[in-house]
Amino acid sequence: MAAPVCLEYRIEGNDFMVAGAASNNIKNTLKMLGISSSVCTRVAIIAYEAEINLVIHGGGGVLKAEITEDRVKLTAEDEGPGIADIEKAMTEGFSTATEYAREMGFGAGMGLPNIKKNSDEFNIESEVGKGTRLYSTVFFNKQ
Amino acid sequence: MNLQEMASLLDAKCISNDCDLSNIVINHAYACDLMSDVLAFCTPGTLLLTGLTNVQIVRTAQMLDIPAVVFVRGKVPLDETIQLAKDNNLPVLLTNHTLFEACGILYEKGMKPISRDREI
Repeated sequence: MAAPVCLEYRIEGNDFMVAGAASNNIKNTLKMLGISSSVCTRVAIIAYEAEINLVIHGGGGVLKAEITEDRVKLTAEDEGPGIADIEKAMTEGFSTATEYAREMGFGAGMGLPNIKKNSDEFNIESEVGKGTRLYSTVFFNKQ
Repeated sequence: MNLQEMASLLDAKCISNDCDLSNIVINHAYACDLMSDVLAFCTPGTLLLTGLTNVQIVRTAQMLDIPAVVFVRGKVPLDETIQLAKDNNLPVLLTNHTLFEACGILYEKGMKPISRDREI
């Protein structure tokens, strides 16, 4: 792969009808590039959970995937309310999701821990009132 | 177990683009109404049984390469859900059985749970 493949999607807040389409595109792009199915699944889970977070918590935002020869770097960025206590937000079972999000099957407090679990490199930065940036990298050949 | 047998065991109506459901063979199933948990615990290639019927069930299925979804408790999926499933060639079964009954019927006929020590 000569040049990196960059995908960028604007995700609308609270739009559960379209949510997931961007992540599915990212997954299909990786599949087309011949990336192994286990890596495709991990990236799909990370992208989808991050996309759902943008929909539920971020008031929308931007989901990016930068695919280079040996890795995919995902970034999810929003200008939403931010996370007051990141450590708490990373705890399985902790959630501040709305009732509506729960009715859609989300808000179990599994999203961020699951993103971290599937990532080779993971980082999250957040400031209350400013927004949140999530970074995740998955290497294609790492065992 | 193939999807045709499953549909018959569950007295299910099938919505699918594929005419020959017997081509789709699934040996493991996961039942859950929480998509976050499906994403955290379910393994690719597993049948999903759920009582939720919104479009995010199809999206979740896409992410995990889930080959078919069973909607239980007589729930009728939204038109958008059916359309997205058809667009993605995801067969959908509709049964009046409860989640517990549907799982019990399939389990009795040899359907296996997912392996719980999933390592990424």
